[in-house]
Amino acid sequence: MSTAVIAAVACAAAAAVYVRDGREHFLAIFGSDLALFGEMLPKVLAGCLIGAFVTMILPRELVARWVGHESGFTGLVVAAFFGFLLPGGPITIYPVAGAFLLMGADAGAVVAFITAWTLCGYTRALVWELPFFGPHFVIWRIVEAVPLPLIAGLLARIAVRTGVKVTVEKGD
Amino acid sequence: MFLAVNILLWLVVAVLAFVAALHGRVLFEDGARNGALEFLRLLPRIGAGVIGSGFIAEILPKATVASWIGPDSGLFGVMIATLAGALTPGGPVVGFAIGSAALKSGAGAPQVIAYSTAWALYAIHRLVVWEVPLMPPRVVWLRAAVSLPLPFIAAGLATMLAQP
Repeated sequence: MSTAVIAAVACAAAAAVYVRDGREHFLAIFGSDLALFGEMLPKVLAGCLIGAFVTMILPRELVARWVGHESGFTGLVVAAFFGFLLPGGPITIYPVAGAFLLMGADAGAVVAFITAWTLCGYTRALVWELPFFGPHFVIWRIVEAVPLPLIAGLLARIAVRTGVKVTVEKGD
Repeated sequence: MFLAVNILLWLVVAVLAFVAALHGRVLFEDGARNGALEFLRLLPRIGAGVIGSGFIAEILPKATVASWIGPDSGLFGVMIATLAGALTPGGPVVGFAIGSAALKSGAGAPQVIAYSTAWALYAIHRLVVWEVPLMPPRVVWLRAAVSLPLPFIAAGLATMLAQP
């Protein structure tokens, strides 16, 4: 759905460029974006394959048990590490995060996990971000994002300690 | 360096494929097939977004983009970018297409990093559509609340460490 909207906007923009700047300029833009896209394709395919194999090799229940057992600052680091490692979209990641809670992890670990997944996850970066931005920008953005899951996890713990209630019952 | 990235990635693929093959042929074949199918499924979406963002960047008014979220827009630009990220609806194609179009038409790197960080962490549309149905709502709101300062920290780090 959102792809259709973007495609429609892109076609309108492409038509506007063609009319305003002429055919040559249109082809120049098209060519350079196509080249960037083509250059990234092997990395996108590698990202898809890595994601698929990790999903097969690393059972999510096992991860949930590991994260649930850890606590303290180590717990945040372990949760953030698995956020980086686990491939998949929201429909697979959020249930895993929910399972962490049931396995005994605290809200801080869950927050660190989701934050690491959205900001540092390699499948997302390889498959989605790289074709748009190129390696230089993506690598820097991720390097700068490394401390963020831990900051978010610590903030969440402080919030819970100061009285924000996050109780989860089995079957919730 | 880009060749090195490619080699490294494919080495990882090879190692994982080998480990999967050790677990059994079915696992290996399933992994390879799922990965390849995912790639084919995503290809048109990513292609439309990447090529579209080039044309969208070309028709955006560069002077306006630069004055609102350009490299010299500072904290105000970061705030605008963060707000825009929170309000951007839709999936990854939309967010990345807008971010890269902005970057190509004169937005500053820290501002674009703030935009994509805010959009990744607390795009309101995604919180409501994906996260609330799948997670305890209290955890979702706690996560969104503690994430509020993160785009500013990311933009600050981007300014301090290096300009991508």
